[in-house]
Amino acid sequence: MALLTCKDLVLGYDGHPVLSGISFEVCAGDYLCIVGENGSGKTTLMKTILGLQKPLAGKITFGDGLKQNEIGYLPQQTDVQRDFPATVREIVLSGCQGRMGRRPFYNREDKKTAAQNMERLDLSALAGRCYRELSGGQQQRVLLARALCATQKLIVLDEPVSGLDPHVTSEMYGLIRNLNREDGITVMMISHDITAALQEATHILHVGEELFFGTKADYLASPLAARFLALKGGEPV
Amino acid sequence: MIETLRMYMQYDMVRNALIVGVLIALCSSLLGVTLVLKRFSYIGDGLSHVAFGAIAIAAVLHLSDDMVLVMPVTILCAVLLLRTGQKTRIRGDAAIAMISVGALAVGYLLMNIFSASSNLSGDVCSTLFGSASILTLTKAEVWLSIILSVVVVVIFLLFYNRIFAVTFDENFARAAGTKVEAYNLLIAVVIAVIIVLAMNLVGSLLISALVIFPAMSAMRLFRSFRAVTIASAVLSVFCALMGILVAILADTPVGSTIVGMDILAFLICLGTARLQGRTSK
Repeated sequence: MALLTCKDLVLGYDGHPVLSGISFEVCAGDYLCIVGENGSGKTTLMKTILGLQKPLAGKITFGDGLKQNEIGYLPQQTDVQRDFPATVREIVLSGCQGRMGRRPFYNREDKKTAAQNMERLDLSALAGRCYRELSGGQQQRVLLARALCATQKLIVLDEPVSGLDPHVTSEMYGLIRNLNREDGITVMMISHDITAALQEATHILHVGEELFFGTKADYLASPLAARFLALKGGEPV
Repeated sequence: MIETLRMYMQYDMVRNALIVGVLIALCSSLLGVTLVLKRFSYIGDGLSHVAFGAIAIAAVLHLSDDMVLVMPVTILCAVLLLRTGQKTRIRGDAAIAMISVGALAVGYLLMNIFSASSNLSGDVCSTLFGSASILTLTKAEVWLSIILSVVVVVIFLLFYNRIFAVTFDENFARAAGTKVEAYNLLIAVVIAVIIVLAMNLVGSLLISALVIFPAMSAMRLFRSFRAVTIASAVLSVFCALMGILVAILADTPVGSTIVGMDILAFLICLGTARLQGRTSK
């Protein structure tokens, strides 16, 4: 059974549809990239899957024992965060909030999870450092570690490399690839960078006026991909 | 000087003022960090004007205990302001400006029309700037302040981790199943309670200083959320204590003396941070 199935979703704000007819599924181990023009509703789709807003119509079902609040989410950075006084440890630990239930404080298990995920993303040495003093790439790794604290199965990334320089970008893609291939974590990623999306993903969801969902190979064979790639200047892989 | 202080300490009213002052300073600083970081500081400012309007109405109605009216009205406005701030269509800052200035104007108007007091401008001035009302607290007011302060501190400690999560990243918190709206509401209600409490200490125009200055000072010097929170509480309490003592000894207005201390502390923190920055570079 698929981890996540979306059927005939209609998305939008205040009753005005932005995107309709979205159907796709994500199975364990997949690496799905969501591509499309700016303003085509990629982030709206992601927020709907995470339960931050309700779909206007259609259905989202979770399988394989995945619950909606067990998705690890890496949102785009907000202004508030850029000068936030908090240590790396405090932020990563806050990824465990979904498992606290009615407990007011984090327990030993939560702290262990946070420590493991900092180790996994090579952040242990930075644990006591202040978030606002880190480089852009380090900040993204902190937010990724936080996302990993929330999930064992599925991470959802909203433009994880925006604003990073090319070297750090390829490092970030490498980390995500490892999480997907070696740790078996399913990945859903919104990406601007169509070239990288086609290099990394196993499946592609193209949203906008025209829709596409399928494997990377099928996407590359489609006329939609040819047009989109020509427009974006991306290289067919 | 110590002799004079010892003499003053024998009076109940001075001891009460110190107890209440410290508690209010503690409460107002705890949520200050969250308010500043969430860009909510203006809500505190708006609410304090609303509280002024409510006090004017209470005076007109000859309520013996104005808390009965002021507290619910301020809490209600806190909830309303938070709602409008979240809706992107209505400009949150304009709504707040309208409510706060409106409350101020209507409050003064009502006081002028209906006041039986012979010293109207004195009344208005003391409501706005605090005056000596901290030294004339009744036993009931002292106990109310103590109980409400304890409630605020307990709520803050219990929800500390949630408040951090909601302050740092609302969307992530929501995705993790944290009830963000409920916590924002809780924060707004607690702010309203603190503001009403603090009116006694510094008056309605100066309350925001009590909320914002300690947080801003602590943020210059510390790098973790926990350290910033603790430091702002310690600073706020220290400044309130010093402010009240200086006000008593030098016979200055309590509210503005406390705020003066807060400004001084902020400048010292700013200077220290600059020096640190220079040496570490």
